[in-house]
Amino acid sequence: MISDPDVIGLLYLAAIVCFIVALRFLSSPKLARRGNWVGGAGMAIAIATTLLLDGIGNWPLIVGGAAIGTVVGVVGARTVKMTAMPQMVALFNGVGGGAAALVALAEFHVADGALASEETVSIALSALIGSISFSGSLVAFAKLQELLSGRPIVFPGQKLVNAATLVGAAALGGALVAGVEAEWVLLALLGLALLFGVMFVLPIGGADMPVVISLLNAFTGLAASATGFVLDSTVLIVSGMLVGASGTFLTLMMAKAMNRSVANVLFGAFGQVQTATGADRVDDGRTVRSTTADDVAVQLSYARRVVVVPGYGLAVAQAQHDVRQLAELLESKGIDVAYAIHPVAGRMPGHMNVLLAEANVPYDQLKEMDEINPDFPQTDVALVIGANDVVNPAARSDPASPIYGMPILDVDKATSVIVMKRSMAPGFAGIDNELFLDPRTTMLFGNAKDSIVKLISSVKAV
Amino acid sequence: MTDLGLVIELTILVLAIFLGFEVISKVPTMLHTPLMSGTNFIHGIVIVGAIVVLGYADDTFTKAIGFVAMVLATANVVGGWFVTDRMLEMFKRRPDERRNEPS
Repeated sequence: MISDPDVIGLLYLAAIVCFIVALRFLSSPKLARRGNWVGGAGMAIAIATTLLLDGIGNWPLIVGGAAIGTVVGVVGARTVKMTAMPQMVALFNGVGGGAAALVALAEFHVADGALASEETVSIALSALIGSISFSGSLVAFAKLQELLSGRPIVFPGQKLVNAATLVGAAALGGALVAGVEAEWVLLALLGLALLFGVMFVLPIGGADMPVVISLLNAFTGLAASATGFVLDSTVLIVSGMLVGASGTFLTLMMAKAMNRSVANVLFGAFGQVQTATGADRVDDGRTVRSTTADDVAVQLSYARRVVVVPGYGLAVAQAQHDVRQLAELLESKGIDVAYAIHPVAGRMPGHMNVLLAEANVPYDQLKEMDEINPDFPQTDVALVIGANDVVNPAARSDPASPIYGMPILDVDKATSVIVMKRSMAPGFAGIDNELFLDPRTTMLFGNAKDSIVKLISSVKAV
Repeated sequence: MTDLGLVIELTILVLAIFLGFEVISKVPTMLHTPLMSGTNFIHGIVIVGAIVVLGYADDTFTKAIGFVAMVLATANVVGGWFVTDRMLEMFKRRPDERRNEPS
């Protein structure tokens, strides 16, 4: 047991230092993995110190709860496919928010009316933000897991309902602080906040979920920080706020990578604009041309320069290893091969780098968007594998398009474009793609993995 | 835990805001996802709150709430850490190290 408050404080300080170092390391490619370990050490120190506090009891419950949580965490994190990582981040973020809200509720219950006003403020904030993060993250999870439609879900009067829900929750929080310290007020606040979390994420399109998850991640940090004020715990205040601040910063950077403002992502109601532009495009006489693996193999074999544009479809088909094989085969024929990585290819910034690194694709072949775009006019074949929105020329040319202004890979400037896709279904943003109708484009339909395996044998036969 | 007084706590809070912005000011795009996951792990620190609430709980209501909070917070910590580690594992054989390897 530790009873000296100075020792406790110093141990928590050590944990805080670990978290700061962890964040610093996590933003450097070389040190990132070590950063996670340092963060883990900080967490171990903080947990051990807390368990050793004087008077901590209910051991069976603590151990039991920790055991269940550990099993859920380990199994969830270890068994999930790399492609499903974004929704796992959403899920683990949500449970953290839920925990913060519950800690606030329990503290309120225990205090039984004897709370200083700043404590009530903290409890109300923690309950509000934690609950929004919890239910919002679950909706984000459901959208990415495709349990819910990835398209924005909208209904008439939605903005009004959302505003009323949030105002209602805030009013209940105000009532708590003003001295109506009844438990039903806090429970009602929790209920409204949960509802708001759901309503807030529903109208946001699946393609924008990474930004939303990042924002909710910052929210959970804030909620954790707020609980720190109730519990007079510096480690909670500082660590929670570190996440709150860095998470907000990261959210801004992610939105910037998509050339959009956070407000536009959150309230843009992506889908509504789309229905308007979609209608004009029906039947303008141009058709999509499809091709066979053999034809593509010939085209590739006689190219001098091939650029592979991987997208989420490649990840879903788990075709990253096959793509690497194909690229190596082409290189052995003296063809120059590069990969063009859009900053938001996949479903999160950096997602595609992670997946291709997993397949041992040489790092120097991965080209960032700004680096590769000037090369497309000298590229013979652009091989687009399961990517859609990030190569949609509407982002450059059509101000009515919801993705207008987003920087894209200029594959339409290559001599020919081959798009490998499962079907003509629109991309995650739910928008039609002009590129598919371009006379330079041919489509190779089918599962990306099957198509690439066929391509490999065809190229060998050429 | 010791009560530091509101003003000192607020001071610490504000410093943490600046530190949070500063510490990740330069992060390459490819690390955005792992960094998000890493910060997701760090806010699992709310487990400290869960342990305190559950560890000092007397009545059934608080115990029940504390128990659920404990489960959720542990899942956040453990799941968050492993997800981050799996993502970062992909970066371990990055170019710099690989170029030094005999090929």
